[in-house]
Amino acid sequence: MANPAAPRGNPRFDGFAAVREIGPLGMISLRAKRDVPGLAAAFAALGLTLPDPRRITTAGEKAAGWMSPDEYLLILPYGEVTAGLASLAQSLSGQHHLAVNVSDARAVFRIEGVKADQVLKKIAPVDIDRMAQGELRRSRAAQVAAAFWRDDTGYTLVCFRSVAGYVMGLLEHSAMPGSALF
Amino acid sequence: MSTRLSKGGRLIDRASAIEFTFNGKRLRGFKGDTLAASLLANDQMLVGRSFKYHRARGMVASGAEEPNALVNLGRGAFLEPNQRATTTETFDGLEAQSQNHWPSLEFDVGVINNSLARFLPGGFYYKTFIHPRFAWKHIFEPVIRSAAGLGKAPKEMDGDRYEQAYAFCDVLVAGGGIAGLQAALAAALGGARVMVLEQTPVWGGRAPVDGDVIDGMAAGDWVAKTVAALAAMPHVTLRTRCTASGVYDHGYVLAEDRVADHSPGDGRPKKRLWRIRATRIAAATGALERPLSFAGNDIPGVMLASAVRDYVVNWAVSPGDRTVVVTNNDDAYRTAIALKEAGLAVPCIVDARAQANGPLPMQARALGIRIETGKAIAKVKGGKRVTGVSLCMQAGEGAALEDIQCDAVAMSGGWSPVVHLWSHCGGKLNWDATQAMFRPDMARPPTSHDGQAMVYPAGAANGALQAADALADAALAGAMAAGTSTIITAATAEARGEAALEPVWVMPQGASYKLRSKMWLDYQNDVKVSDVQLAAREGYESVEHTKRYTTLGMATDQGKLSNINGLAVLAGALNADIPNVGTTTFRPPYTPVTFGALAGEARGEIFQPLRRSPIHAWHEANAAYFEPVGLWRRPYSFTRGGENHAQSIEREILNTRANVGLLDASTLGKLIVKGPDAGRFLDMLYTNVMSSLPIGKCRYGLMCNENGFLSDDGVVVRLTEDTWLCHTTTGGAERIHGHMEDWLQCEWWDWQVYVANVTEQYAQIAVAGPKSRAVLEKLGGMDVSAETLPFMAFADGVLAGLPVRVYRISFSGELSYEIAVPASYGLELWHKLMEAGADLGVMPYGTEAMHVMRAEKGFIMIGDETDGTVIPQDLNLGWAISKKKADYLGKRGQERSFLASPDRWTLAGFETLDGSVIADGAYITAPGVNANGQGNTQGRVTSTYYSPTLKKGIAMGLIKGGLTRLGEVVEFTRLGAAPVKAKIVDPVFYDKEGKNNG
Repeated sequence: MANPAAPRGNPRFDGFAAVREIGPLGMISLRAKRDVPGLAAAFAALGLTLPDPRRITTAGEKAAGWMSPDEYLLILPYGEVTAGLASLAQSLSGQHHLAVNVSDARAVFRIEGVKADQVLKKIAPVDIDRMAQGELRRSRAAQVAAAFWRDDTGYTLVCFRSVAGYVMGLLEHSAMPGSALF
Repeated sequence: MSTRLSKGGRLIDRASAIEFTFNGKRLRGFKGDTLAASLLANDQMLVGRSFKYHRARGMVASGAEEPNALVNLGRGAFLEPNQRATTTETFDGLEAQSQNHWPSLEFDVGVINNSLARFLPGGFYYKTFIHPRFAWKHIFEPVIRSAAGLGKAPKEMDGDRYEQAYAFCDVLVAGGGIAGLQAALAAALGGARVMVLEQTPVWGGRAPVDGDVIDGMAAGDWVAKTVAALAAMPHVTLRTRCTASGVYDHGYVLAEDRVADHSPGDGRPKKRLWRIRATRIAAATGALERPLSFAGNDIPGVMLASAVRDYVVNWAVSPGDRTVVVTNNDDAYRTAIALKEAGLAVPCIVDARAQANGPLPMQARALGIRIETGKAIAKVKGGKRVTGVSLCMQAGEGAALEDIQCDAVAMSGGWSPVVHLWSHCGGKLNWDATQAMFRPDMARPPTSHDGQAMVYPAGAANGALQAADALADAALAGAMAAGTSTIITAATAEARGEAALEPVWVMPQGASYKLRSKMWLDYQNDVKVSDVQLAAREGYESVEHTKRYTTLGMATDQGKLSNINGLAVLAGALNADIPNVGTTTFRPPYTPVTFGALAGEARGEIFQPLRRSPIHAWHEANAAYFEPVGLWRRPYSFTRGGENHAQSIEREILNTRANVGLLDASTLGKLIVKGPDAGRFLDMLYTNVMSSLPIGKCRYGLMCNENGFLSDDGVVVRLTEDTWLCHTTTGGAERIHGHMEDWLQCEWWDWQVYVANVTEQYAQIAVAGPKSRAVLEKLGGMDVSAETLPFMAFADGVLAGLPVRVYRISFSGELSYEIAVPASYGLELWHKLMEAGADLGVMPYGTEAMHVMRAEKGFIMIGDETDGTVIPQDLNLGWAISKKKADYLGKRGQERSFLASPDRWTLAGFETLDGSVIADGAYITAPGVNANGQGNTQGRVTSTYYSPTLKKGIAMGLIKGGLTRLGEVVEFTRLGAAPVKAKIVDPVFYDKEGKNNG
């Protein structure tokens, strides 16, 4: 079995910020109410920490994002999803929840550089300057749904796989040399 | 002659000369010039023609309010019409063309309208072209439109690029004059995150030109110091060349950033639209000077006094050697003094007031300037250029006392605060009789979500015209906008007492009709004092009606100069007070915003999101002819050789029926439904029973809305005890997901069900045809035999080394498998299938072949057989409706009398007697006519195709009586031809027994 193909084949564009497609990453969409017994333990079993509302917790290559009061996005290496789903099924056995593999339903981009924030300021109606450390925003990138968060070297943006080409086009347009906002 | 002075020019860099062209003529300017300044420096006073009378037009202003100096900029893909020369920065290589003239600017044929002016009064079009009714659309309007018009519409696609950006702040300061900077400082020192926007490239506004002294230093120095202080604060953002053009609900502000207007070709976006969320807005937008209404006030060379001062001080441009100043206030004396100080002649200051003894008039007198009080201009002399003025008594009717030769006239009728941003969201105005101006009523501000004031006017925009007052006002406004209790001490300016102005709306006050018909209010649209007075006499009492009747203020400048003068004249004609007449509504944008900025990045490849399946690239590389399905592009057919589409489709169908075909079905919606109540939930959503579906099996289901109408269909799969997978139509994926969440969140919130949309997680490929099993067996990895994997079953397994889920379902009527694979392996599986099927005759097929094959098989299609008015019973799908269930969505709707009626049109098949294809959308005729005299109908076609399999036209349709009328011959309409006869038949045309399902 060949390696899984990222939606756009991992292109890169260097403008006033660098944008590139990464992934595919392993992703699990987990639906469960916050008071479900064993939820924190289920995260812990995967090496993750249950995030607070609108936050994302990270641990190495893994991360757990709060998506809504009863939805989480778990990120882990692509090859570990099957085991991760099994672990969740075991941890939450008997509790009402839904965990599905969405690794292939997403496209993931990195926006890096000292002015990376300005790329996002052109496409997302988000107060990027006031984003807290470890904050995850579900918003939009121009005309499509997107979620993103920041780390020490830049931003990670997730969108639906089918619009990966559109989002890469947006990022390239927004990172065009000479078009920095400030 | 207007010309460049040898000295001075606050904003120009004489070391940087610039070449540009105007109407093809090569001219020179300096860096720092506006195009208007450059043109005046080259004695190009005449820059255009007015809209209606084609009268000669020159610059009247020096900023955003300019109504006359509109030009076409650039050419070809970079042509921009209606650009104001007063706000356009001159750059090397700039190309400008004047507008609205033919054949040339100097000699214009349309000017004949000018001599017909008395036949073209206000409301002329309405009166003249009202009868006959049809003539407006077909004769009058096209002729008028071709003769009229300002700039040229660009014919090529815009060669520039644009973008948008979002910003957030506590206080948005609109305007970078001394009031804006003071307000920004107050807000920023109060801790607020501040954004300051200045529409010109230069900070400071009018104060440096007017010679104000602030905190003991020249205004320009104070501005530089304050800008530096603001720039040093990390929570302050400063932007020049950026106009706050509109204020909308809850502090939403749109601003146009002219990023590269002045530096074309440097690769930057030409313009950027800022979409700003501000908690509060400080509107430090200044004030606009008003013209005076005297005869000939539109002749090139008549300019606002402040504009004359700007041209002299900022750009060292003289409007002429001799300038007569005409005023009703002290401020205009600054212009006379500036001209005198620049070494130019001021033959006379004509002051309509009885006395002028304030400090500024005294200073003018001391400079030896002649001042005539109580006087007025009876008329301006000249055609394309001012040659002189006739003086008269302001109190009189215009009898000439004296003629004075001059090259320019500087006029000032007082100042109007720019209240636009205050007014956009409903801020109210009061009439300030002392200053003769409308200014914000602080008791009636526009309010935000919290009921608090959203806009705080600052400085001249609030009627504080003097620097000393403006700074104090702005410091307070900035602090209030920031919501801070820390009120900083405002900078102080030297007060220079100015005497009160005296409102002058018509000059002289008793002017004859002849004079009034030459007093321009709206320069661009040619509306004169006499037109507004005529409108009043004809009963147009509302200022809004008068505006539309006369077109006052409806030009591209939106009445920045004409509005207040016009309504004052209207008030005079109606014998009403100005505040009782009121203003027209101030609507965004303050100045025109280019469409490119509004469109932003949304053009070309990223005009709209294009959804691509994981196999899309293969389709593109293999001559797919795409059709849009929502935002997806799906292959309609794959073209080979010299085929037309019909030939491709025929080949794809025949090959699928004879060998094997591949369809990219990835776009089908896939929703996982899980939970203890999932079965119960699905039983409510689908018309049939899904809770009884065995694990490992598939079942076709129908979904209705609560009115009973068929909404979606698809195959439902039971994955585990508490988990189902629901397939939806391509267009239904998001819609049905939303429908499910709606019922779960709003109605059955206590049911334990979760739904996940996994549509894009899987690539799904239909492998259809008698040789499909052979292809899968060649791939190897799992047992796909009829015994292990019977029709309407599924199995998880491995094919060609890839993790797959294989469904034995068929939409074509052939032996068929649908294979789902993680999307990241979709293209790989497609390649493997094409390879494995190569010697079995595998070919891809598109959506049209899929549509035809399902129609041959009599399967319905959501969107063809349904249109939101069709219930499952209409489509003979009663078998898929549970009689046992107590309830399902749509059940009660379907029991209503009209939906339960035996008279409803129901599904049948149709075959024309001559084998032809029935037209799309054709109706089935019935005898007689209805109440409207239209032919009666008894049904309509819903799907109609040429069937390559059966070699004839086949159709499905809805007809009254449906299948009870099998064998009857009915007639289908044809456009432009006699109806075609067709026999009612069973809608299953192909393999009714289902033996091909294998």
